[in-house]
Amino acid sequence: MGLKQNLHNLREKYKGTKMAPAFNAIHTFLYTPNDTAHGGTHIKAADDLKRTMNTVIMALIPCLIFGMFNAGYQHYLAAGEIEAVSSGFFSSEFWSLQNFSLGFWKILPILIVSYGVGLGVEFLFAVIKGHEVEEGYLVTGMLVPLIVPIDIPLWMLVVAVIFGVVIGKEVFGGTGMNILNPALTIRAFLFFAYPTWMSGDKVWVEGAVERTREIANGSTADAISGETILGSLAQSHGVDYSVMDMFFGFIPGSIGETSTLLILLGGLFLIFTKIGSWRIMLSAVLGALVMGYIFNLVVAAGWITDTSKFYGLMNTEFWHHLLIGGMAFGIVYMATDPVTASQTNKGKWIYGFLIGFISIMIRVFNPAYPEGVMLAILLMNVFAPTIDHYVVQGNVKRRLKRAKLKTA
Amino acid sequence: MGLLSKKDSKLILDPLADNNPITIQVLGICSALAITAQLKPSIVMAISVVFVLSVGNVVISLMRNIIPSKIRIIVQLIVVATLVIIVDQVLKAFAYSLSKELSVFIGLIITNCIIMGRFEAFALGNGPWKSFLDGIGNAAGYGLILIIVGFFRELLGSGTLFGFKVLGDSVEKTGLYAIGYENNGFMVLPPMALIVVGLIIWVQRSRNKELIED
Repeated sequence: MGLKQNLHNLREKYKGTKMAPAFNAIHTFLYTPNDTAHGGTHIKAADDLKRTMNTVIMALIPCLIFGMFNAGYQHYLAAGEIEAVSSGFFSSEFWSLQNFSLGFWKILPILIVSYGVGLGVEFLFAVIKGHEVEEGYLVTGMLVPLIVPIDIPLWMLVVAVIFGVVIGKEVFGGTGMNILNPALTIRAFLFFAYPTWMSGDKVWVEGAVERTREIANGSTADAISGETILGSLAQSHGVDYSVMDMFFGFIPGSIGETSTLLILLGGLFLIFTKIGSWRIMLSAVLGALVMGYIFNLVVAAGWITDTSKFYGLMNTEFWHHLLIGGMAFGIVYMATDPVTASQTNKGKWIYGFLIGFISIMIRVFNPAYPEGVMLAILLMNVFAPTIDHYVVQGNVKRRLKRAKLKTA
Repeated sequence: MGLLSKKDSKLILDPLADNNPITIQVLGICSALAITAQLKPSIVMAISVVFVLSVGNVVISLMRNIIPSKIRIIVQLIVVATLVIIVDQVLKAFAYSLSKELSVFIGLIITNCIIMGRFEAFALGNGPWKSFLDGIGNAAGYGLILIIVGFFRELLGSGTLFGFKVLGDSVEKTGLYAIGYENNGFMVLPPMALIVVGLIIWVQRSRNKELIED
C-alpha cells in the first residue's frame, strides 16, 4: 500500500472528527484526492491557491540558495579568511562549498522553525474553528527566513511567528482575510520588540554578536562586523561596495534580500506566470525613483550640505536605492501579495507608487528605520481597501454621468 | 451577602466582568493605552478613577433633582474637574515622581468617557447609595483591566514588577537573561497595549459566547 493510500485511509478514518482538517490538509497537500467531483458544472482551472503559492516559492528558491552562500561569504570575509569577490557573478570566492555549508546549517533551523511554528498555529486554528487548513502560510513560511538577520535567536522567531500568524492573520479570519502581510507583520514585530537583534552593524554577519561578547569577556580574537549599506549611508560614511556588488548581492543584509539580480529574475518569473502584478512592481519602482530623484535635486540645489544628517542617504544616486536594502525584495515579493494589495488596476498603480515613494522617504528621514520598505508596505496594506473604494466609486460616478447624458 | 442586597451587589460585580467598561463597552481606551506600560501607574490610575467616579456619582445623584437638564453637562464637568484637581494635588503633594510619570493623564480623567457616561446613564436617575456602588463597580472594572494590562506589559516589556527585577537583571545577565531571554521592546510601546486589550476581549468573549455581538 502506497503512501497515498495510507494518507487516504487516515483521512477517511478521521472524517467528521475534530482533527479532520489537519489530516485533510496533509493529504491534499501531497496528492490530488481520490474523490474528485463527478457531474455538474465545476470550473477547471490550474491556478488554484496551492499552485499560486508553489509558484511564488519557486521564485524564492534562488534567493534562499544565494542567501546560504552569502551567509558563509560574509562571515569568512569579515573574519579575513577569504578574499572579496573579484571576477563577476560567478566568482569562486563566493560559490564555495565552505560558504554554502555554513549558511546551510545556519539557515536550515530558521526555515524549519518558521514552517514548523507557523503551520502548527494554522493547524491548531483550523482544528479549533473546524475549517480546512489553507495554503496561505506556505509562502509566508518561506519569506520569513529571507527577511531576518542571520543571527536571529530562534526563540525570538518562534514568538514573532506566533504573533504574526495569530494577530496578523487568524484574528481576521485566516488566509485571504488578512489586512496586513503576515511575513511583514512578523518582521515588524521582531523589529520593534528586539531592535538590538534587527539593526546595527553586528547582526548581519554570522557570529559577529557572539564574537563581540567573547571580546568583552577577555578573548583576544579580532572583532568582526558588517554594516549594511543603508547603515553606513545613514551615518554618512562612504560605501566600500561597487554597484555590481550591490546588484549581484555580495553585501551584508537580511538573509535572502541582497541579490537584486535574482530578485529581478524571480520578479520576471512571477510576471510571466501572471502570479505577481507587474503594475504594482513597476509603479513601486517608479515611486522609489521619483522620491530618490527629488532628494538628489534637493542636494544639487544646495539646500542640504554634508553637515546634515540626511546628507548620506539623500546624496545616494537615486537608482542605487533600488539595489540596497530590502527595497527590491519588498517590491517583488511583499507588495504584490494579492490578499493585501489593491485589487483594482488603477488602485494598483496608486498603491505601488506610494509604496516606493514612502519607502525612500522613511529611509532618508528616519535613519533609525533603515528598512522603510517594510513600514511603507504595511502602511499601504492598511490603505489598499480605501484606495479600491475610491477607484470603484469613481468608476460608478463616471458611468452614471454617462448614462445620464445619454438619457437626457 | 449580608451587607448588600442582591441587586446592589450586581451593581458592583457586573462591570467587573460581563459589562466591563473597557472590554465590553470599549470606553476609556485612551488612558488604558497610555499609562499601562508599568504596573504602578496603572494601579494609581485605577485608584484615582475609583475615587473620582464614586464620589462624583454620589454628588451628581444628590443634585439630580435640582440640575436643570439643559446645563447638566456643564454641571457634570465642574464636578469631575473639581474631583480630578483634588486627586492631582494629592498626588503632587505625596507622590511627586509618580505624578510626573502620569503627567497629563490624571488631568485627562475629566475626559474619560466612562465617568461622564456613568453620570449620564446612572447617577442622574438613581439614589446616592446605588450611584456610589455603581461608581465603585465601573471604576473597579476599568482598573481591573488596567492592572492586567499593566502587569503583562511591565513583566514582558521591562522584566520587572513594581520595579523589582523578577526575571533577573538584563544588564548583568542573571536569571532568565543568562539563557538568552530578552525584554520585548514592543510591549512598552502603546500599540501593544491595544493588542493586549484586544487579547483580553478575545479571551473574555470566547469564555462567554453571549457577549459576542454580530
